[in-house]
Amino acid sequence: MKRLMNLKPSKATAVFLGLLPFFIAGMFYIIASDIRLAENPTDKLLPSLASFSEAIDRMALQPSKRTGEYLFLNDTSASIQRLGLGILISAVLAMLIGIPLGFVPFVRAGFSPFVAAFSMVPPMAILPILFIVFGMGELAKVGLIVIGVTPLIVRDLQQRVAEIPAEQIIKAQTLGGSTWTIVIRVILPQIFPRLFDSVRLTLGTAWIFLISAEAIAATEGLGYRIFLVRRYMSMDVILPYVAWITFLAFLFDYLLKKITYKMFPWYTAGKENE
Amino acid sequence: MKHIFQSTSKLLVATSLVMSLGASSLLAEVKDKFEVSWTIYVGWMPWDYAQQKGIVDKWAKKYDIEIDLVQVNDYIESINQYTSGKFDGCTMTNMDALTIPAASGVDSTALIMGDYSNGNDGIILKDKKTLADIKGQGVNIVELSVSHYLLARGLESVGLSEKDVKVINTSDADMVAAYTSSEVTAMTTWNPQLSEIMSNNKSAHLVYDSSKTPGEIVDMLVINTETLKDNPKLGKALTGAWFEVMELMKKGDEKALTFMAEASGTDLAGYKSQLDSTMMFYTASDAVKFATSDELPATMKKVSEFSFDHGILGDGAPDANFIGMEFANGKTFGDTKNIKLRFTDTYVKMAADGKL
Repeated sequence: MKRLMNLKPSKATAVFLGLLPFFIAGMFYIIASDIRLAENPTDKLLPSLASFSEAIDRMALQPSKRTGEYLFLNDTSASIQRLGLGILISAVLAMLIGIPLGFVPFVRAGFSPFVAAFSMVPPMAILPILFIVFGMGELAKVGLIVIGVTPLIVRDLQQRVAEIPAEQIIKAQTLGGSTWTIVIRVILPQIFPRLFDSVRLTLGTAWIFLISAEAIAATEGLGYRIFLVRRYMSMDVILPYVAWITFLAFLFDYLLKKITYKMFPWYTAGKENE
Repeated sequence: MKHIFQSTSKLLVATSLVMSLGASSLLAEVKDKFEVSWTIYVGWMPWDYAQQKGIVDKWAKKYDIEIDLVQVNDYIESINQYTSGKFDGCTMTNMDALTIPAASGVDSTALIMGDYSNGNDGIILKDKKTLADIKGQGVNIVELSVSHYLLARGLESVGLSEKDVKVINTSDADMVAAYTSSEVTAMTTWNPQLSEIMSNNKSAHLVYDSSKTPGEIVDMLVINTETLKDNPKLGKALTGAWFEVMELMKKGDEKALTFMAEASGTDLAGYKSQLDSTMMFYTASDAVKFATSDELPATMKKVSEFSFDHGILGDGAPDANFIGMEFANGKTFGDTKNIKLRFTDTYVKMAADGKL
């Protein structure tokens, strides 16, 4: 049937259509930047592509004059460590809390309302308390990610556990499974790939909390650098950093997806491999 | 397909025209409507009073123009907006005027130097009592701000340098909460956070403050030079309104002071104690004296050197002289072909002579 919804682009057209918005956005930028630079050659709001490459060269390829370190490398590794640790702790905690919440009625009755309410508390609004609990160092930054992300994953996992068909649970019980064996042998294997999905979805939130944490108090990190140079409007540094953060976020998402496909082929079977 | 490209290119042109409008206020022109931004700070609260009580309107009307004073919540953001051309003027310190608009090539003029910090900025140590004890500690600070400059001046005074401490960039909004954290042992910040921490913590010792560097941290109203040149009325109206409020403050008008105190989130006593550590120029002749003093060029030289050392004079700056500055007494500093920051006494002098 010749309807718009049934027309599929060829591979080449799909690539072209995919790149087009990037190209248009780039063109917009270059034109707007040219207009501003024509008026004020030292305008910092929309720098030229040449000043980007200078800034990248200075930040990434030359050791810093003051410390002798490669700032870009330092910032990236500090941020990735915080993000990775935060996500890892969140995922483990979420497993430990989410499965009992979804599976054991007594735990659910006792904690589900609290978790639901706690997950709504905006962590940025209670920063002073977090400072006293976690201090101002690395722990605070990882802590902010954990507090921001864990409740989201917990609630998702709880839902997923509750969705496991009752037939499976009953069957496992007729075979003599205890609560513990059923958690380990029936629930856990089915929840693992969903945990990966959940982590992928919360990555964006985790980045937000990481950047905020680094803006509050830090000596290095991607968010630290952005907020520091914002003081004198060095968009030539900020925009490449933003592009880099976007790329990293995209990369992590992609890797997690690939890992899920690799580790749990049964889970992804039947889903379209985009 | 051809259609798509044609309409796309039309769209591109249209959008870039729209975007260029945003930059249009950078163009010099005679206007009759102006926007000036201000942020909450003890020395800038008079602007709020002048706006709310119609004093600005009165003076603007006298010169047949309109002036809108816009409060911006984030200090740096307000300067950035001014620098990108959104505002015709903005309140800022002398150091930020040099490192943000001037370093971005926006020729700026300090129209009114209203006060200097005389204790409003300080270095606090937890449990230690002398500045020399700061050696080896982490210092929580808004990096590259006037606090950073004060820290550098303080360290210099006891024979230390920045290498002897570890600077930890911390948001000014979080300073008070940060002090309560056990990891924080040293801090440089400004009022009201400074007095908040000092009065609520017995462990806090003020080991250095800006009264030891008088006249070096100046709070001023900065106007785009082109705009001011084409519209001297703007300078006259703003200066007139400012000194009308100064007159009230000098007399200690409780109503006006209470208004400013409440607008800045404190009470009359709190506001008065902040004023005590602020050297306000209540009379136009004091402001003229400061603007034409020999200390100002000397201070700006130090500020420029500090800024260059910290890489905030812009990437193209080969040395501290890169950005030229012009002073009211005719002196200049740095590259006279690249003068981007001007200190003027033209308008405060008119106020002093009663010619507004």
